[in-house]
Amino acid sequence: MRRVTWFNATSLTLGFAFLYLPMVILIIYSFNAGKLVTVWAGFSTRWYGELLQNQAFLDAAWVTVKVAVLSSSIATVLGTMAALVLVRSGRFAGRTLFSGMIYAPLVMPEVITGLSLLLLFIGLNIDRGVLTIVLAHTTFSMCYVSVVVSSRLVSFDQSLEEAALDLGCSQMQAFFLVTLPIIAPAVISGWLLAFTLSLDDLVIASFTAGPSSTTLPIKIWSSIRLGLSPEINALSTLMISVVTVGVISASLISKRSSLKRQADERAAGT
Amino acid sequence: MSQTVFEPWNDPQAKPLIQFKNVTKRFGEFVAIDNQTFDIYEREFFALLGPSGCGKTTMMRMLAGFEKPTEGTILLAGQDMAPIPPNKRAVNMMFQSYALFPHLSVWDNIAFGLKRDRKPKDEIAERVAQMLKLVRLEKFAQRKPHQISGGQRQRVALARSLAKAPKLLLLDEPLGALDAKLRQDTQFELVDIQEKTGTTFVIVTHDQEEAMTVASRVAVMDDGKIMQADTPANIYERPNSVYVADFIGDVTIIEGRATKNGNGYDIDFAEGQPTLHAESGKDFQNGQTCHLAIRPEKVAITADKPDTRNALKGTILDIAYLGNLSTYHVKLENDQIIKAQTANTRRLSRRSFTWEDSVWLSWTDTAGVLLEG
Repeated sequence: MRRVTWFNATSLTLGFAFLYLPMVILIIYSFNAGKLVTVWAGFSTRWYGELLQNQAFLDAAWVTVKVAVLSSSIATVLGTMAALVLVRSGRFAGRTLFSGMIYAPLVMPEVITGLSLLLLFIGLNIDRGVLTIVLAHTTFSMCYVSVVVSSRLVSFDQSLEEAALDLGCSQMQAFFLVTLPIIAPAVISGWLLAFTLSLDDLVIASFTAGPSSTTLPIKIWSSIRLGLSPEINALSTLMISVVTVGVISASLISKRSSLKRQADERAAGT
Repeated sequence: MSQTVFEPWNDPQAKPLIQFKNVTKRFGEFVAIDNQTFDIYEREFFALLGPSGCGKTTMMRMLAGFEKPTEGTILLAGQDMAPIPPNKRAVNMMFQSYALFPHLSVWDNIAFGLKRDRKPKDEIAERVAQMLKLVRLEKFAQRKPHQISGGQRQRVALARSLAKAPKLLLLDEPLGALDAKLRQDTQFELVDIQEKTGTTFVIVTHDQEEAMTVASRVAVMDDGKIMQADTPANIYERPNSVYVADFIGDVTIIEGRATKNGNGYDIDFAEGQPTLHAESGKDFQNGQTCHLAIRPEKVAITADKPDTRNALKGTILDIAYLGNLSTYHVKLENDQIIKAQTANTRRLSRRSFTWEDSVWLSWTDTAGVLLEG
């Protein structure tokens, strides 16, 4: 073990304080009994109770979950397909261009993505609502899925699929019986990543949402403009927990499967 | 000995299982297989042997259906294979990496191909049990591939590829990942299984010892061409080219000019050196360049001048001690090096020759093979 020096301890404290102090304060104040956001008046779960009574918030939460599940599922299918093509088809003319185009939304400013989608929906005359948010979220989360899945596919032994074909599988069967089960951990963590991204997106959603389809981040943003309320703190705390659980399980799934594999291989003595 | 010898390639009546007819395979500009025509017969253990990049793997992948010939046709039991995709061919392959499905147990791996054929459950169970017994892995049926050793994985891969009882089994460097000792045992096991199942095996390997051990016929490949396809003994004793002679085993090649004499040729190979003689049925013009290929174990090494036609004097340059054998590198006066091998029947301290000793090398008229190039 390396010795803990004063310098190390200080940098660690500073770094984590910088990252997490705002959230910790928010979480603490969500348990505040008083109505004023900034004055501590004792511990209570009152605002969580009131939150559950607030139909507008509950509606927004339901829309958000719907959008997140739908968009992350579509993004997982499309992202996996894109990853398969990019990793498998070897070199074809314009391959670099294609992969660049798939990863571009990762660095594209959200405002621009949102604006361009808005223009598209207006141009196509699509009423803005849950559908448009789903489409928009699929667009930007798909590239994250494709990054995660293609990094797994790079180390995937192509001869496994050839073996499946050799043993009588069609291309389709080979994918569903052999390739998909093996890359499943990557696909699942891609889904979870897309899910959490969709859950906390404000910018793109506010461009593409309609009057009847307010997502939770939009709802929070608009209520804050009317003044802070302890209810928002409670809601944000809940969202932080959901996102944290999502991200942690995504990383645990991929880590556990690789650890288990290593342990088994050691046990087999090879 | 009235036993019939397994030599379908010498029987004009025998119908080949696989026929390559003028097969060429190009990848862009690169010619991987260059206009090859040859046959493989039923129940054969056929080895494709050659250095890496010689086209042997391409040959195998064309049989499996992963590559299509650019020109020419491949027939399996008389049927053109080109339009048949890999999953519809009565051909199975054992992959170099084994390609076992990591998410399936040993049992499920072996059953995989049978399930695709929608065979009844009890029939599948019976066949898998039979395969597990054949490769002696009954105890490991429920293990996952990463829970067994390398040698066991190799046997699972073999069982999986044999489960569908293919007409033809392709083996791509099947023993490459095993260590030397395990490799030898497995070679005999392979031959044993091949004989038991009566399946035609085509093996790709770069290891000549492996090819010689397992195969009924060995095809030595170079640059997309089969240089010679023959029994291991013929490949070794009667190579048809300097390339084959040099590729298989240890050999000394002496270049000279041939002059017809009796049943063979006299060979003048250097100024001041005696004329050699080798029997040969081949046709050489008088004065034509020829190559005499001679295996080290057929060269005798003595202190005194022997009483034979082929006798050369030189000094020992190097001794390679291999335990059971020693190979002497003897330099003649014209700087030609000839290898001679002797069995070490005596202990090292009593060995008769050492470095710088002047010795005589000799061999019989039939010991060497006379080649054109």
